[in-house]
Amino acid sequence: MSELLNIKGLKAGIEEKEILHGLDLEVGEGEVHVIMGPNGAGKSTLGSVIIGDPAYEITGGSIRFAGEDITGEDTDKIVKKGLFLTFQNPIEVPGITLSNFIKTALELHTGERIKLWDFKKRLQETMEVLQMDPSYADRDLNVGFSGGEKKKAEILQLLMLRPKLAILDETDSGLDVDAVRIVSKGVEEYKKQVGGALLIITHSTRILEELKVDKTHVLVNGKIVAEGDASLIDEINENGFEKYLQS
Amino acid sequence: MKEKTQVEDIDRSLYDFRFEDKDAYKVEEGLTEEIVKQISEEKNDPEWMREFRLKSLKYYNESDVPDWGPSIEGLDIDNIVTYVRPNTERMHTSWEDVPEDIKETFDRLGIPQAERKSLAGVGAQYDSELVYHNIKDDVAKRGVIYTDIESALRGEYGDMIREHFMKAVPPTDHKFAALHGAVWSGGSFVYVPAGVHLDIPLQSYFRLNAKGAGQFEHTLIIVGEGAYLHFIEGCSAPKYNVANLHAGCVELFVGKNATLRYSTIENWSKNMYNLNTKRAIVEEGGKIEWVSGSFGSHVSYLYPMSVLNGKGARAEFTGVTFAGEGQDLDTGTKVVHNAEDTSSYINTRSISKSGGINTFRSSVIIGKNAHRSKSAVSCESLMVDDISRSDTIPAMDVRCADADVGHEAKIGRISDETVFYLMSRGLSEEEARALIVRGFADNVSKELPLEYAVEMNNLISLEMKGSIG
Repeated sequence: MSELLNIKGLKAGIEEKEILHGLDLEVGEGEVHVIMGPNGAGKSTLGSVIIGDPAYEITGGSIRFAGEDITGEDTDKIVKKGLFLTFQNPIEVPGITLSNFIKTALELHTGERIKLWDFKKRLQETMEVLQMDPSYADRDLNVGFSGGEKKKAEILQLLMLRPKLAILDETDSGLDVDAVRIVSKGVEEYKKQVGGALLIITHSTRILEELKVDKTHVLVNGKIVAEGDASLIDEINENGFEKYLQS
Repeated sequence: MKEKTQVEDIDRSLYDFRFEDKDAYKVEEGLTEEIVKQISEEKNDPEWMREFRLKSLKYYNESDVPDWGPSIEGLDIDNIVTYVRPNTERMHTSWEDVPEDIKETFDRLGIPQAERKSLAGVGAQYDSELVYHNIKDDVAKRGVIYTDIESALRGEYGDMIREHFMKAVPPTDHKFAALHGAVWSGGSFVYVPAGVHLDIPLQSYFRLNAKGAGQFEHTLIIVGEGAYLHFIEGCSAPKYNVANLHAGCVELFVGKNATLRYSTIENWSKNMYNLNTKRAIVEEGGKIEWVSGSFGSHVSYLYPMSVLNGKGARAEFTGVTFAGEGQDLDTGTKVVHNAEDTSSYINTRSISKSGGINTFRSSVIIGKNAHRSKSAVSCESLMVDDISRSDTIPAMDVRCADADVGHEAKIGRISDETVFYLMSRGLSEEEARALIVRGFADNVSKELPLEYAVEMNNLISLEMKGSIG
């Protein structure tokens, strides 16, 4: 498959502290990749750095996406090329409804005005897939949403924005079994409808059960230390990261 | 590596267009007895009003400028033209008859459109005089009076005006109330008879077009027992490089069990000294609801005041003030609890940006007879950058042991996490910041009719343009 994301020798950190120490990663179009690693390995940093979080400074290496160098670009310009990151802790923003926010984002992505009627219809259908109460569309973005509803709202945006690559950052953490099932269903729906690639950052495997994983990467101390196919997930589930920590 | 937007001047062209002065008549600059007499004559005042003006002028000359609050040194009354009559014979009731350039001004501001769509009546003032006033027939048939003060003064409501004019805000109140008493011109008179509930609002719009001029409109509203009115006030002016002055006066009389909602979107240009006085007197069981958006002016002193005179009277004040570059805005509210079981609820937000200065000033007085009265004050400030300033000066004077008063203040900044979250969905940094500020101001935008909320949000976006340095 042709290359979508290509990270070479990426070094990045906060202020003086380097967190990613020369990381390499390649994701092809439509592939499903899993990044596993112990706490503090730099997993979430990786997701934020890819989409240009100004809180982090890139000190070396490069990130290419869909054939373009996106290293150091502004976040909004990066994501409009077809990238999406779900947040572990989606932020509450009063003053705009979930529905209006998604419509605004969609229009910024496509550069075209969207007919309200078509949008509403698609939004409603997508919310049904995620078993979201339709009233959430008219509530302010994430304000007063439960943890589960916030995660669903993230997946809803993913499905509406249809990126080429979705980075899921611990999307299943803190969710009960039912919510995980619904979120997983949403992710499957993304594969089915959009056929995009996935980079799943996780330390648990609950969300992965129904997905065909192409490649697994083990991230330890800011570097990819091992790679393998889906069977690597089972191995880590059994033996943990201990073996990699010593390397 | 990152591209940053340059800091640009705000595009205020929507409000900044102006036409040449084609006024028919204006007085000399400055303030003298001669000028006051001239205005009085020009306006064909009844005798008592002429005397009232001259007495006010005396108070003006005897009183001092405030020694607290923002500096008004740049304001020299000797350079202000206090009366400018636009080039039109009289007030019109059809837009067709309003002179072309004046009509175009209000067209661009969207006033006739709003009138057709969502208002029960409209008044439009250009410089010192009303050029248009109209009220829907069915509203007029219910006995509602909505007209300019001058014709009301000479008509069947003359006595009612004399009885109320500058009784809530006497000219002795402060120097600029005295100035208002001396040179007031234009403004609206509204009378809603007892029991009449107006579902759709009335709106007056004040436009100051002339350079170096002052606007001194007087708004007098009387809402009868059990009646309901929503009154909307809008104001704007094009920018000049000399000082303009606004010293209007708003007097609201809210009858027994009546409710008046008074909404304002103020967007004076940034050479304006806005020294406006607003006051409501509320009778038993009545309610005043102030909704106030202050965006413009160079310097503002603005504290709408509610005097709760009757048992169970209530006041609500919901406000937002946005101070940008070169603005020093001192805003807030005052409430006087004079009777039992009265309550006040104050909820304000202030936004400071590009070196703008915001001072929130409130005063709540609970008198010794105001048993079981309640007051809650909440003010939040948002600092968009490090060079701006925000102060909070709440005062409370409680003379009654069983009163319940509370005050809460918060100062915050735009969080980088929120900006990043919004940018991760495709918003530019500027759009993200504007969205956060609009959300912060939604205490007011949620209270405004849709069209006005949209206008206010547009104003915020306009002010946030070029905010990224």
